[in-house]
Amino acid sequence: MTATRTSNAAALEVDGVGISFGGIRALDGVSFRAHPGEVFSIIGPNGAGKTTLFNIVSGLYRPTSGRVRIAGQEATGLAPARLARRGLSRTFQNLQIFFRMTAVENVMVGRHMAEKTGFFADLLALPSVGRQNRATRAAALALLDRVGLADLADQPAGALPYGALKRLEIARALATEPKVLLLDEPAAGCNAVETEEIDQLIHAVAEGGVAVVLVEHDMKLVMKISSRILVLVQGKPLVVGTPAEVRADPRVIEAYLGSHGETEAARADR
Amino acid sequence: MTDAAATSPPSRRTWSPRLVSLVFVTVVVAVLPLVFPSNYYLRVASLVWTSGLAVVGLNLLMGLAGQVSLGHAAFLGIGAYAVAIGPTHLGVPPIPSALAGIALSALVAWIVGKPIFRLKGYYLAVATLGFGLLLALVLTSESAWTGGPDGMPVERVELFGWRVTGALTWYWITGVALIIGVALALNLEASPTGRALRALHDSEVAASVVGVDAARLKLTAFVVAAVYAATSGALLALMNGFVTPDTASFMHSVEFVTMVVIGGMGSVVGALVGAAILVALPQALTVLQEYETAVLGLLIMVFMIFLRQGIVPGLIGLFRGMRR
Ligand SMILES: Nc1ncnc2c1ncn2[C@@H]1O[C@H](COP(=O)(O)OP(=O)(O)OP(=O)(O)O)[C@@H](O)[C@H]1O
Ligand SMILES: [Mg+2]
Repeated sequence: MTATRTSNAAALEVDGVGISFGGIRALDGVSFRAHPGEVFSIIGPNGAGKTTLFNIVSGLYRPTSGRVRIAGQEATGLAPARLARRGLSRTFQNLQIFFRMTAVENVMVGRHMAEKTGFFADLLALPSVGRQNRATRAAALALLDRVGLADLADQPAGALPYGALKRLEIARALATEPKVLLLDEPAAGCNAVETEEIDQLIHAVAEGGVAVVLVEHDMKLVMKISSRILVLVQGKPLVVGTPAEVRADPRVIEAYLGSHGETEAARADR
Repeated sequence: MTDAAATSPPSRRTWSPRLVSLVFVTVVVAVLPLVFPSNYYLRVASLVWTSGLAVVGLNLLMGLAGQVSLGHAAFLGIGAYAVAIGPTHLGVPPIPSALAGIALSALVAWIVGKPIFRLKGYYLAVATLGFGLLLALVLTSESAWTGGPDGMPVERVELFGWRVTGALTWYWITGVALIIGVALALNLEASPTGRALRALHDSEVAASVVGVDAARLKLTAFVVAAVYAATSGALLALMNGFVTPDTASFMHSVEFVTMVVIGGMGSVVGALVGAAILVALPQALTVLQEYETAVLGLLIMVFMIFLRQGIVPGLIGLFRGMRR
């Protein structure tokens, strides 16, 4: 169904990826391609392996089988910092915030790769360091503005509400100017207005040519925003297709309305 | 720590917390000699400044990068024995010897740290512990070079025919060294490097996915901390006129860690407060001398229980808490 697109170089290519934890096969034979400018979503019941897949793609886990390629280049098992240099960034389901720093400083860290001063310049506080700090701060403030957190820029991150921290993570990931962006449940814990803002933000990021890979339990958001969806169930790919195809697929309905339907519905309501 | 600076973006340069800390330390160093009644106090203060220098460096490793070195006194030992051995056995004057010791210390830290920081967990603490014990053993047993357990004398420094002696002279030398060390540490904290170090202390995973090379940065912090320690050791040896293996002992390493912890990790002023307490307290309460180790242990426990973040950040936190 995506035959026309596979000839283009995918921004992210996951090929037969699998991983075992102590004999338990948490992921098995997962493949997909995400192209520049699209929102590719991964859905599935709790424990399906979505976060684990992100952890493999972003270099936190090494897969026991399969390959990951970024812009056509081998990237399996590279360290996260190396992958960041290849243009991959992500957010975390269970927030990973620099809690002792302010909101704007959190995003400033995201500009790390763009910062040009060397160690000795930093040690001696050469004028270039002051200039760099101001440039980094300006870029970070612009990103905070983009995610709607400009007013909270100088608040300690530890004092921000959950929904704001979710968006702070997006701003920090965007600060790296990624080509591939993995978002793990960005709308979790957000109210309807915030979810709508995140919807628009993701849309705008994809418009800018980024391949966005989205994991999200809010089905309304997923169905509306995604160009294609991969359904994972118990670590195995069930279906890949457009939102309409996925919604109509009896296997998906069964997987969701089976044992997990209740909890999914409950989560979507919140 | 930087909230205050950030709330007034246009005038960042005027009174940033960085400048406040530096001015505070400078004023304290400059004013104390005016109120000290005797040379004894100058001597104790000079010890605080030299220890403080090592602690400010260690704080960059512990407070910023979140790594513990349990053998930090070994780097002090390298600096101290360099100024002892260089002139006595090799005919190298004290100042080039000191510089060589500092360079050697940096090299050793790099060699020890390079493989360690690839690993996660407490490997650095264990590796530095082992290295520290090893160096202390070598210093004690190689008596032909080091004088063994009794230590060895250190030649006086001579600059252009002027013998550098006297409590007040050493007070100023160590005080200025401390101020320079504090200034550089504060610079680093406020720089892109410092920001990345603070970030990986809070979440190494998040720092790494935005491209921060955690292993390289931790190694940098470790080497910097070793340079601070070796400088401190060289100053201490030159000031005292002798060195003993105690300089590099495990207990001394534990003292440094304690100074950072009780003063407050991540706070430069806190590091100095920690050094002042641990150097001055035994001097003030000489009856405690025999029980120093026990008191040290007790202090760690008390502070870990009541002021977990350390004195300076802890008191700031308590103050804020009371106002709520
Ligand atoms: N480091 C690990 N060690 C052992 N098991 C793990 C590890 N990481 C994940 N798992 C297991 O892999 C499975 C998939 O977990 P994962 O967090 O990827 O699910 P998920 O699809 O993200 O779920 P949710 O929707 O709740 O976030 C779970 O059974 C989990 O317990
Ligand atoms: Mg998950």
